[in-house]
Amino acid sequence: MTHKLSADNLTLIRGERCLFSGLSFALQSGGLLILEGRNGCGKTSLIRAVAGLLSLEEGTVCWDDVPVGKQRQAFHGKLVWLAHRTGLKGDLTLVENLGFERSLRAHSRRDPEEVYERLGISRLKKLILRSLSAGQQRRVALARMLLADVPLWFMDEPFTNLDREGRALVMELVEAHCTDGGLCVMAAHQDVEIDAPTTRVKIR
Amino acid sequence: MNEPAREIPGIFAGLVATARRDLLLAWKRPGDVLNPLFFFAMVCTLFPLAVGPTAEQLEFSGPGVIWVAALLATLLSLNSLFLSDFEDGSLDQLLVSPQPLPALVLGKTLAHWLTAGLPLVLVSPVLAITYRMPFSVVGVMMLTLSLGTVSLSLLGSIGAALTVGLHRGTALLSLLILPLAMPVMILGANAVSLAAHGDVYTTGVWALGAYAAGSVSLAPYATAAALRISNE
Amino acid sequence: MWKWFHQLASPPHFYRLSAILSPWLAIPGLALIAYSTWQGLFVVPMDYQQGDAFRIIYVHVPTAYLSMMAYTIMATAGAVGLIWRIKLAHAVAAAAAPIGAAFTFLSLCTGSIWGRPMWGTWWEWGDPRMMSQLILLFLYFGYMALRGAIDDTAKADKAGAVLALVGIVNLVIVHFSVEWWSSLHQGQTVFRRGTMDAEMRLPLLLMILGFTLLFGSMLLRRIRTEVLYRERRTRWVREMILSPRGGS
Repeated sequence: MTHKLSADNLTLIRGERCLFSGLSFALQSGGLLILEGRNGCGKTSLIRAVAGLLSLEEGTVCWDDVPVGKQRQAFHGKLVWLAHRTGLKGDLTLVENLGFERSLRAHSRRDPEEVYERLGISRLKKLILRSLSAGQQRRVALARMLLADVPLWFMDEPFTNLDREGRALVMELVEAHCTDGGLCVMAAHQDVEIDAPTTRVKIR
Repeated sequence: MNEPAREIPGIFAGLVATARRDLLLAWKRPGDVLNPLFFFAMVCTLFPLAVGPTAEQLEFSGPGVIWVAALLATLLSLNSLFLSDFEDGSLDQLLVSPQPLPALVLGKTLAHWLTAGLPLVLVSPVLAITYRMPFSVVGVMMLTLSLGTVSLSLLGSIGAALTVGLHRGTALLSLLILPLAMPVMILGANAVSLAAHGDVYTTGVWALGAYAAGSVSLAPYATAAALRISNE
Repeated sequence: MWKWFHQLASPPHFYRLSAILSPWLAIPGLALIAYSTWQGLFVVPMDYQQGDAFRIIYVHVPTAYLSMMAYTIMATAGAVGLIWRIKLAHAVAAAAAPIGAAFTFLSLCTGSIWGRPMWGTWWEWGDPRMMSQLILLFLYFGYMALRGAIDDTAKADKAGAVLALVGIVNLVIVHFSVEWWSSLHQGQTVFRRGTMDAEMRLPLLLMILGFTLLFGSMLLRRIRTEVLYRERRTRWVREMILSPRGGS
């Protein structure tokens, strides 16, 4: 089953500032969308708006040609969002954190142990997150993303806090996701080398 | 992606999971639970010192003092309801969760009541006895307090959602919530007073029950809407 | 009908229309108030129980009535703004709040002045209406404080609307709980309103009408300011300010 994420004529005003206007894009299954632009130009805001967290001044976002506003719950069931802040609880262990996420979502076809292994965090399972380094916490957030097992990925600066090996891993994961028929929207100010049909949207 | 039907768990699962997570967090930081309790006990200590310790004064002011103290203690704990979630980004994750937000909010509020409201109810008899309240009245007080704190947690969640992420949120939260909470306190404290005088107090208890039922069914929607708004 | 509604809700159209409408509300309103003040002070006979003190109802009742009306307008406008995303509605809610708070404060003051000869005290905690009004004033304060604390206007609009809606549901409960509470503590002389003679009632009705018209005019003026501020970056405002006649 193929999916389609499309945005038509998006305009977003935050306070006094118009972040972008008349912005459109379309993304098919297997595609990667890279948002480019300076710091503070509205990449994060665009992701938040597409995810339905910000109300747009104008324009519509459609998932499989149905406006997102009309199927919010269903749309949220198809997406996972790797935000700037990890959204993980520092006082809970890795397993407790991911267990909570899992209980909200549809059954995942991925094996957690395999995912931990792949991300190199298997030996951190029993530790509380506060004791992990920023890069390790980032990997836990990536694990949550994989375990969600959904077609649409939103990644906001996924390379933050990661070492060279970690960055390569992220690109590898995105490539596999796209090959698998997934969609990925990524905000990045670094060079990205991912072998997937790529659309670039430049904000201002 | 070839997908077989993968059902998203029902709303009850989301409610329970959120409540469980918040309880787990409270378990790991017991201070957050204990501080409002100490506050509650201390406010109750202030009144005899300020007003006077005679038996008559204590019996007369007891229900009111305990209720006001409970209201203030609940208010104190409400500020943190969404704050840590807002700061570490988990609130954003809850907002894009496939679960309906009101259910998650109800789960969080349930956890808040279990960690902030219920302990007050359990501690209140000790304080009531120091205020020379007869045992028969203590039962009524615990009943009204448990119904009342449920409503306060739910009403407070609306205020906490509206003020999350704002500077000077605590003072603002009190300003928003206290007028809304006044009916709960009026009903609760007066029902206990009536019981203490041996009068019919059931009207107050029924009204509190109705208020609690009403807030369980309506407040989560208001809170969810408020959370979406404050997170824009 | 829908089209007409949308046209009305467009800021420039509303701005022009309200300029024409505002004096047409203010002038009859002031005339009615002047007439009923004269009637109330000099023509209507003295009350056989309360003497001249009762004459304050000619100010007290209209302010009390408008204090609640303003809250209703605020909550309704907030709901309209939330549901149909009409920006003008939010401007109405924002404009109504301070006027409503002012009327609530006035009704408390006049009630207190009236209470002095009636109850022998400036403030009677046992009176349910005074308590309800006081809580209403706190609700207004909360609403305005919330708006003031949020920098982003669009966000303040929506947050305020949610609060106003929660407040209006609660206001009904406040009313009933306070009634019940005061019925328990009725040791004091709770003052009861007797039936009114027609010659006393007519000036009161005219006064209420006059106050409502004045309130309408004040509300329109405040909405105009609010609209102008919110639309300050738009072309129509710039053109209007720069045009030779200036903003009329």
